[in-house]
Amino acid sequence: MSIQVEAPHGVSQAKPAIERARASAGAQVLLACARFVRRKPLGALGAVIVVALLVMAVFAERLAPYDYDESIRGARMKPPSAAHWLGTDNLSRDMWSRIVYGARVSVTVGVATVGLAVLLATAVGVSSGYFGGVYDLIVQRVVDAWLSFPYLVIVLSVMAVLGPGLLNVVLSLAVIIAAVNSRVIRGATIGVTQTTYVEAARALGCGHRRIILRHILPNVAATVIILATIGLGTAILAESALSFLGFGVPPPYPAWGAMLSGSGRTYMFRAPWMAIWPGVAISLAVFGFNMLGDALRDVLDPRLRGAR
Amino acid sequence: MLRRYLAKRLLVAVPSLLIASLIVFTLPRLIPGDVVVLMLAEKAYAKDIDELRAKLGLDRPLPVQYVEWLGKVARGDLGESLWTKRPVVEEIGQRLPITSELALLGLAVALIIAIPVGVISAARQDTIADYVARSVAILGLSVPAFWLATLLIVLPAIWWGWRPVTGFVEFSRDPIGHVAQLLLPAAILGIAVGAALMRLTRGMLLEVLRQDYVRTAWAKGLGERVILMKHALRNAVIPVVTLLGTQLPQIIGGTVIIETVFGLPGMSRFLFDAINQRDYPVIQGVNLVVVSLIVLVNLAVDALYAVLDPRIRY
Repeated sequence: MSIQVEAPHGVSQAKPAIERARASAGAQVLLACARFVRRKPLGALGAVIVVALLVMAVFAERLAPYDYDESIRGARMKPPSAAHWLGTDNLSRDMWSRIVYGARVSVTVGVATVGLAVLLATAVGVSSGYFGGVYDLIVQRVVDAWLSFPYLVIVLSVMAVLGPGLLNVVLSLAVIIAAVNSRVIRGATIGVTQTTYVEAARALGCGHRRIILRHILPNVAATVIILATIGLGTAILAESALSFLGFGVPPPYPAWGAMLSGSGRTYMFRAPWMAIWPGVAISLAVFGFNMLGDALRDVLDPRLRGAR
Repeated sequence: MLRRYLAKRLLVAVPSLLIASLIVFTLPRLIPGDVVVLMLAEKAYAKDIDELRAKLGLDRPLPVQYVEWLGKVARGDLGESLWTKRPVVEEIGQRLPITSELALLGLAVALIIAIPVGVISAARQDTIADYVARSVAILGLSVPAFWLATLLIVLPAIWWGWRPVTGFVEFSRDPIGHVAQLLLPAAILGIAVGAALMRLTRGMLLEVLRQDYVRTAWAKGLGERVILMKHALRNAVIPVVTLLGTQLPQIIGGTVIIETVFGLPGMSRFLFDAINQRDYPVIQGVNLVVVSLIVLVNLAVDALYAVLDPRIRY
């Protein structure tokens, strides 16, 4: 419970204090960042990669010298050069431009999937962990069943039913990632539910809704943030696998995974850059999220260390 | 006591398996619009709509269909492929050994990487060796298997003009060639799992190394090697081995990619082709076999856990 302090001389005098507090809050964030970089250099590297990926996705039009499906005359399968940093493909398209636009697919699928997955996982995990009993037992058996499917097998089967496409990729991946994450969130919720402050809140007569919103959720937030960061890497990797197998975003929009199948494989001996750069992009992006997630886990939630 | 624990685990596994079977059964029926019309439009599976509907048993109520299907499954009948017209069980039986072989070899590769690197990483926590091992492990988790496979095919070809042999060699025809052709795919399959297991080994070992009995061992004046190998690793490895069970879905998922890239005629490749051809009895059958295998292996692993670790409470 917070203590309210009354300002006797009106709002104008309180203003500098608020600004000072704001400035110091800004400085504190900077300081925290500096500490993070010093303590977790690999995590900071991950953060840099993640920021670069986001910039590529948002500012693709400005960063890419060509459009993603623009054929450049007389530039068929040219090796990397000053004019085409990463070379060109069999349809004379600039690889760098396609990779920049591809970041947009990866980030869109990643964010949408993880957003949906986290919502689902938190709802299922928190309710299951908090209420327990028969409800928990039944929900956990369903989660067990989902977890015993290899994700690629179940996602491909779902895609066979729904057909390829961005939305279907997001939906099917989100359900799988949610199942895995809900287990972890349930565990964290059970831990928080057993603390004395939740007991105290219950003794004070708080309802379930208030306890969940004010006490449980803020305390499992760190776990959720970590799961989301690692989930982004997982989602991007899974999307690339689906695109590679031909179940992702339909061409000509460039998904990194799709760039590695089809023409990427057909011409891999004649134009190896076509089969190399998209893979580098996927690996770097996933590596960035994993590194950042790992470091966040160590900083935010020491209990989860070593788990995965 | 042990028997009661196992019985309890078996009881928990049964509903999971039933729910999984329900998921497997429902999936093809989730399709928007009429499956039958769509199938007829895509491929000539049958003469007319009614024939196909009756063949798939789609002309009866859903619960009836489910119970009937379960009854058939219990008798070992998974229907027949719409594409090859052969029993699904027979088709799977032919391909399952290749996938199992690949998965087991992949698992072996994973363990060979994971345990030693995990031990070194934990014993030398926060040194350069630890940082390198952890970074490489995260890299291993980040690199897509299909790309790694492509690189391992392309780069040797460019550098040394060496290309891997294509075409599948049967075990009965050439046992050595058969295993040799699986080594590269298994290694790629094992890398991601090995990376995950290495992180687990490291985490578990770090926890064990902080235990009192390890401190006692140090106080007794034992050497580092004895403490690491005899006191710490033995205890740390138990949960790692049991967590192999949870890695199984990942390995089998990985075989879908590996078998497709390397053209191996395994069960996962069969599933992938069936998905492309919308061969629903095959999709259902393979899914059911895979999920049952995973549940059974996890059950076996749980039993192993109880046997290996005398501290476990039944």
